[in-house]
Amino acid sequence: MNMIVSRRLLADSIGRFEIYAPLIARKRQPGNFVMVRANERSERIPLTIVDSDETRGTITLIVQAVGKSTKHLLTLYAEDTILDIVGPLGNPTPLTEGKSVICVGGGVGTAELYPISTGLKQKGNTLRTIIGGRTRELVILEEEMKSCSDAVYVTTDDGSYGRRGTVVDQLKDLMAAGPAIDAVYAIGPLPMMKAVANATRETRLKTCVSMNALMVDGTGMCGGCRVSVDGAMKFACVDGPEFDGHQVDFDELIMRNRTYADLEKIADCRL
Amino acid sequence: MTTPSENSTTFRPAAGVNPMKPSERMKIPRQHAIEQTADDRVGNFTEVSLGMTEERALREAERCLECKNPVCIEGCPVSVNILDFIRLILKKDYVGAVNKIRETNYLPSICGRVCPQESQCEAVCTMGKKHDPVSIGKLERFVADFEREAGLFIPPEIPERRPETVAVVGSGPAGLTCAAELAKLGYGVTVFDALHAAGGVLRYGIPEFRLPRDILDMETERIKALGVTIQTNFVVGRTATIDELFDEWGFSAVFLGTGAGTPNFLGIPGESLSGVYSANEFLTRVNLMKAYRFPDHDTPIRIGKHIAVIGGGNTAMDAVRTARRLGAEKACLVYRRSRKEIPAREEEIQHAAEEGIEFVLLTNPLRIMGDENGWVKALVCQRMTLGEPDSSGRRRPVPVEGSEITLEVQTVIEAIGQKPNPIIQATTPGLATSSRGTVEVDEFQTTSREGVFAGGDLARGGATVILAMRDGKLGARSIHQYLNRDGHARRRPMTAKESA
Repeated sequence: MNMIVSRRLLADSIGRFEIYAPLIARKRQPGNFVMVRANERSERIPLTIVDSDETRGTITLIVQAVGKSTKHLLTLYAEDTILDIVGPLGNPTPLTEGKSVICVGGGVGTAELYPISTGLKQKGNTLRTIIGGRTRELVILEEEMKSCSDAVYVTTDDGSYGRRGTVVDQLKDLMAAGPAIDAVYAIGPLPMMKAVANATRETRLKTCVSMNALMVDGTGMCGGCRVSVDGAMKFACVDGPEFDGHQVDFDELIMRNRTYADLEKIADCRL
Repeated sequence: MTTPSENSTTFRPAAGVNPMKPSERMKIPRQHAIEQTADDRVGNFTEVSLGMTEERALREAERCLECKNPVCIEGCPVSVNILDFIRLILKKDYVGAVNKIRETNYLPSICGRVCPQESQCEAVCTMGKKHDPVSIGKLERFVADFEREAGLFIPPEIPERRPETVAVVGSGPAGLTCAAELAKLGYGVTVFDALHAAGGVLRYGIPEFRLPRDILDMETERIKALGVTIQTNFVVGRTATIDELFDEWGFSAVFLGTGAGTPNFLGIPGESLSGVYSANEFLTRVNLMKAYRFPDHDTPIRIGKHIAVIGGGNTAMDAVRTARRLGAEKACLVYRRSRKEIPAREEEIQHAAEEGIEFVLLTNPLRIMGDENGWVKALVCQRMTLGEPDSSGRRRPVPVEGSEITLEVQTVIEAIGQKPNPIIQATTPGLATSSRGTVEVDEFQTTSREGVFAGGDLARGGATVILAMRDGKLGARSIHQYLNRDGHARRRPMTAKESA
């Protein structure tokens, strides 16, 4: 169980792992995530299941090295085993059918978006996808997105690849140009999702965002992932992870996600 | 002093093991466990109580009046034969004593540490009517520790394996007890747990200074020694549903003991600030993820110089004492009723007071204030007074107008109760639940779904370890009856998929 079948780097700090986890593979749906604990001392971290193969009994995870536990994961190779993986967790993403949809992925959020994009395609939606990153290296899964989208638009902040600008700039242009859009699915850093929600708020364009909150257990036990949605407290792990982007209090969550920022640096030095 | 009537009706000295007269027994003062000093223990996470020496245990056992009608046994939710186990102590047969306990309670070293004896067996102890009750809990712990330290545990004999297998969901006190009882009856048992380690609330909730992890590990190993499989990292309802456990995995019955793991929040302003924890998150970070060893362990915890824990139950005590050990200079407990109504175990309240925990009583939080960076800086509260008794029989706290106080704290931990996790209820059609989210059971722990039984906090909403164990035991008995009823078509045994 939990053996890494294959591993390749998508960028210096981004790894793609195919892992043998047959019980999870046969149950996973778009939007599901797993909690991963790499070794006895690691944190439990939530990772979206990017893809699965029921025949092979594998799930695919994409990991960006940001903290100590994720950096450790990137030191693992094929045939290494991950100590603990549990899932699939979270509610499957509610997918529209036969609509005109735009998917927006920022940075490694594109990995979390990918299973939703493939799900949307299977449901007969017309799918346009915008993916972006700070720089060319951080634009991932372009080919995969092309295979499930009717059109793919790429942006980079520094203009090193695709359009110079942000995914939100591209989204605004597509909204202005038409044809009419029925729904937007956006996954990326919290400020990006906030900007997408702000861009679609005025026209009440349905916008689904995925909350990457602090989590310990991932099953509704700690309450650490609480998010204010339309003034009510929700747990991202069991009530989400997706919510109506127009009802999420992003600022609150952006602030609280900084809780351990300095401690994470301390942990990092011990790597 | 003994009256003739007591002598003739309550005691039976002739048949007793102890040759002492009741009046002599009553003269012996209650023996106490050895404890780390408060100064020492606030600097570590090792166990507060070090238990009784053999000498003290024997002395304490001599205090037992060997009542003809041992009411202590009725006071125990699982009816441990207290009289007989104390008599075995008097005969210095400590292993016999722990095995006597194990006949009805498979986790003696845990119950000896975390049971609220003062409201159960010791509350009704005859000695307690005029003197201090016999220290039954400490004696239970003594024999369990003696057996462990001497390496004298022998697993009970298991009857021939029956064809049926049972799935137990949740490896807390209810699930572990149910699994042990079913294994002793010969059933194949798999216990599923969502976390990466077994024990449930005993693992993530109760701190090491009350229940050392080697004790918990040992007790779970002893459950495995009965042939029980413990499957961690498996969320029933997600990894497999209850229906799939029956139809695809081939289980013949299911016991649900998933506890009450979802924390309640007060719903006051400021709960999203950094520095606000549910007690569940706070304790899970420390107990399960070992955040107190950060950065050697990766999971961080953040604790202010001044902290407040809201609540008065055992979880609140555990949280506030943990915060003290993590370095909080001032740790206070904010509780809306008075000292008399605090529901935590008496020993924990005393230990907390010794450790310098400040009890801010008759006080109810109104809002949490934050600084410009979104961090907690204060807890604003209101003073309360006690009014008429409410439905629980406790006097209802009533706000005192214009009595706001502000506690300067950087961490707020809410320990105001938990409710059952909703995953299983939401994924199991036909499983009846209450408005509080608990699974409804009858007096035999039977749910509305055929072959599905439940107990512990999942059915009760929030109770004690020993009541969960009682439910687990009763659930096992009901499953046994269910699987042996007339006309019951036996299901096939475990499939290859299950054993993989």
